[in-house]
Formats: sequence, structure tokens, C-alpha cells
Amino acid sequence: MALSSHDRELLDGSLGTGAAFAMRLVVRAARATGATRLIDISAAHVDSCLYHGEATLDFVHRLTKGGARVRVPTTLNVGALDLLHPELYRGDPATAKRGRLLMDRYRSLGARATFTCAPYQLADARPALGDQVAWGESNAIAFCNSVLGARTNRYGDFIDVAAAITGRVPDAGLHRTEARRATLVLRLADDVPASLRDHDVLFPVLGIVLGRRAGSAVAAIDGLPPGQSEDRLKALGAAAASSGSVAMFHVVGSTPEAATLDLALQRQRPERVELIRVDELRAAHDELSTAEGERLAAVSLGTPHASLRELDRYAAMLGDRRVHRDVECMVSTGRDVMAQASERGIVERLRGAGVEIVVDTCSYIAPVLRRAAGPVMTDSGKWAYYAPGNIGAAVVYGSSAECIRSAVAGRVVRDLRPWGGR
Amino acid sequence: MTNVIGRVAVLGDGLSLWGGMDPATGAIIDPHHPQHGMVLTGLVVVMPSGRGSSSSASVLAEAVRAGTAPAAFVLGESDLILEIGSAVAEELYGVRVPVVVAGDRAASLSDGDHVTIGPRGGLRRG
Repeated sequence: MALSSHDRELLDGSLGTGAAFAMRLVVRAARATGATRLIDISAAHVDSCLYHGEATLDFVHRLTKGGARVRVPTTLNVGALDLLHPELYRGDPATAKRGRLLMDRYRSLGARATFTCAPYQLADARPALGDQVAWGESNAIAFCNSVLGARTNRYGDFIDVAAAITGRVPDAGLHRTEARRATLVLRLADDVPASLRDHDVLFPVLGIVLGRRAGSAVAAIDGLPPGQSEDRLKALGAAAASSGSVAMFHVVGSTPEAATLDLALQRQRPERVELIRVDELRAAHDELSTAEGERLAAVSLGTPHASLRELDRYAAMLGDRRVHRDVECMVSTGRDVMAQASERGIVERLRGAGVEIVVDTCSYIAPVLRRAAGPVMTDSGKWAYYAPGNIGAAVVYGSSAECIRSAVAGRVVRDLRPWGGR
Repeated sequence: MTNVIGRVAVLGDGLSLWGGMDPATGAIIDPHHPQHGMVLTGLVVVMPSGRGSSSSASVLAEAVRAGTAPAAFVLGESDLILEIGSAVAEELYGVRVPVVVAGDRAASLSDGDHVTIGPRGGLRRG
């Protein structure tokens, strides 16, 4: 494999033992992916700051002891606890302490303390179309490739920060134009009602189906009205990256490399063309809920982290109503978005209505919900997918509007009109 | 580097270590996995793919630290996440858990086979 003179300096330790360790990992990754050279990245998003045991601390300690610093602008993903509201943590205090130490260690590498799974919501951290970056966190990876048109592979723990420290990644996979071509076309069948094609409730459900059908392939979704919002595409990608290994998808008429189906296919023939019928969407919708009936203990919103627009919508949906006294309602967001929402009075409105706001982490990763056993209602396909296994929650999936209406009513309130009045 | 020798455990489905294996015990904890409950410590785990959450590298390194990790992985297709987890564990703890990409040969191995993995990832029975 071809290494530049700077690569060699990194590798031979003349820029520090931490950087050399990071470079060994990048070279190992290049060998595993069959790359023949490395390329520069302009930014990184690091997911390794979530505590998964002492090995994760041992790793970052090796880097800091070896003098490593990130070489490109680097944002951090969620950690094990909300550093701004630590009183929300309801788990083992010793684990919280280790989780906090890990978050601090990653800051000391020079990474920015964003602690969000939605770095694409930060205006100064959004890569542009065609930029080469190294991002971790499955939903962020899918969003970066699909919605921003910036280029990253699925960088997992350790290699994400190794890329940030070296500024280099293997020239392989989705960094290369040809790998970004849709090989699978998923077309919404005629029986999918128009009311559903342009409704919030569809996108997480469609994402679950996308992940199952595509696996790790790049698919193009055809049949949605053009110009879908970033919030909807976020929800779609996050669900797809939960049920499958989706790192990139196209939505014809909405994502930047899919102005037309032909462009998404890079003017080649797809390997497969498949229909998605309304029955499959209904089944996926129903499977996202593990609890039945009207009983409601909590509502969890903001997975991935709520955008400013979403926070504003939640506040608007609540209006002058309050969350029912028997329901715990929590929204997860990033600390930077919370600051923006705070300036606009949105945080005060949400809190005034009885909504708890958590930052830096997420309610299916950290023990922050008081009533985690549920039933917990969520508008997130990703939360619905992971929370039963992670925190043992019984889940009810619904649209944002259904969630807010239910939170106020104190029981699960359904609106099945988008589904054609089932 | 020395050889790694172990007994084969063939997993029917790919296993995501994150959410799939408890690094404290080495047991499969994914309730959807057909071999739920099986302890993988010290075994040569053969599976079609890593089916990896991006946090599986951390789980592998933590299992190596805790002494509960498999002896090796033999995969049908390459898996960057396990590869990196293995590389980090070796650097931190000096324990080698080889990740061998064997293509179709992975499918020819059966439960209970004894295999040896050489220092460069060469795989042979016995």
C-alpha cells in the first residue's frame, strides 16, 4: 500500500506514540478493506466516547499518554450521562463516574464537546456535498452520506478517533463514487395511500423496511413526494441503520445524489427492483410496538437528537396544554441545539408544559427515565427498535402528534387516518 | 507470534457483539439469536459475517480485557469492526484474537472441529 511521507512519520512514532498507535489502526483498516492508498479527511465525528467497560478507558488513556491530538475538526457523539443535568442519572454512580471520565478524556484529545448523535444539526460541523470525512454513529453515517452527500464509511469505535488523529482513512467503500450507486430500487406500490406518503408517521416505519430489505446495499426509494425534510430523512435513516447495516440510501427527489432515479443509479441498471406495499408497512408499524392497550407511563422523543425545528414543533403541538401528571415526558437533544432553543424561549415552553429535556446522551442508552419499564411511547423507529433490549421498555410507536396528544391525555391516543382509516 | 488453537463453534446467524455478547461472561445475550445463552469464551467462533453494530469493537476489546473473549473468529466475509477490535485488544492487552476471513471455507467447518490459526492468519484443521 502507498503511504505518504507524512503517513510514515505518523507510523514511525516521530509525531508521538499515540499518533503512531492511531496510524497502525488506519493501516490495519486499509488492509482489511483492500484499499491501496489513504486519503485526507476534513472532519470527524467520534462515537468512541460512550463507555462500554474499562477497555474503552484503557484505549483512550493510551492515546492521551502518547500525546495524541485530533488533526481535523472533530465532534463527539453521545456519552453515558447528561453532563449538564447529571441529576437525571438513575443508575450506578460508579459507572456514571467512569462514563464521565471517558467523555472528559475525549475532550482532552481536542475534540469538541458536542455530545450529540446529530452533529449534522450544527451549522459549523456540517460537511458539504462531496467532502471526505470519517463519521461514527450509525444514524449520523447514514445522514452524512445520504442527506448531506458527504462521504464516510461505517467507522466504528476506535477507528473513528484513529481517523481523527491521523486525518487519514482508507480510500475504499463509500469514499469512492462508484460505491454510492443505488443497486436496489424500492418503489412504493400503488396501494400506499397518498395521505401516508407525506406523513411523519411513515418515515421511521419505511426506514425499518429499508434496513431489512437493503441490509448493507445502497437502495433508492422511489415514490415519495419530492423535497422531504431533513427531520424526516433523519428518522428514515436512523431506523434503516437499526434494522439493517445501511450506511447510505437515496430518496428520489429529496437527497442530493438522487435528483432523479437515473442519477441515483449512476445511469446503470439496478440489480433488483422491488415494491413496498402498504401491508408490509402496516406490519412493520405494528411490530415496532411491543405494548398493547391504552396504558401509558412515559413518552420519549428526540432519537436521534431533536432538531431546533422539532423542539419548536413539540412546543407548538402542546400549545397551552400540559403533560398529564401520571406521564413522564422526555425529549433528548444536543446541548448546542438546546442552547439555541433556549434563546428562542422553546426550552422554557417545553419545561413549563412538563417536558423534561436531556442532553449529551439518550434515554435508551442511559438510565434517565423514571418509568423506563413503560409502556413508553416514542415517535422514533430507532428508539422503538433498541429500547426493549437495552432498557427493557415496553414500547408503543406513534407519530410525534400521537405522542404529544397521548402525553397530554395520559393514555395512548391513536390516529390511524394517515393509514387510510384502518 | 504464536499459533492460536481452539475448538470450533459454528454460529448459524451472524452475531453483533454489541447487544449480542456479554463481555462479563462471554455468553450470547441476544434473545433473537439461535444460540442464545452459549458461552463463547476460548472458542473459535465461525460465522457468516460480523453483523456489526459499530460498538462491537469495544465489546470485543472489553471481553479480551475480562478474559472472556473467543480464541478467534473465522468469517465468511471481512469485517472491519471486529478487525479493529482485535487490533486494539492486542495492542492494549497483548492477547491475539485473530479474525480470519475464510470465504467459503468458513462453511466447511463444523462444531467441535479443532483448528490452528498461524501467526499470519493461516487456518488448518487439527
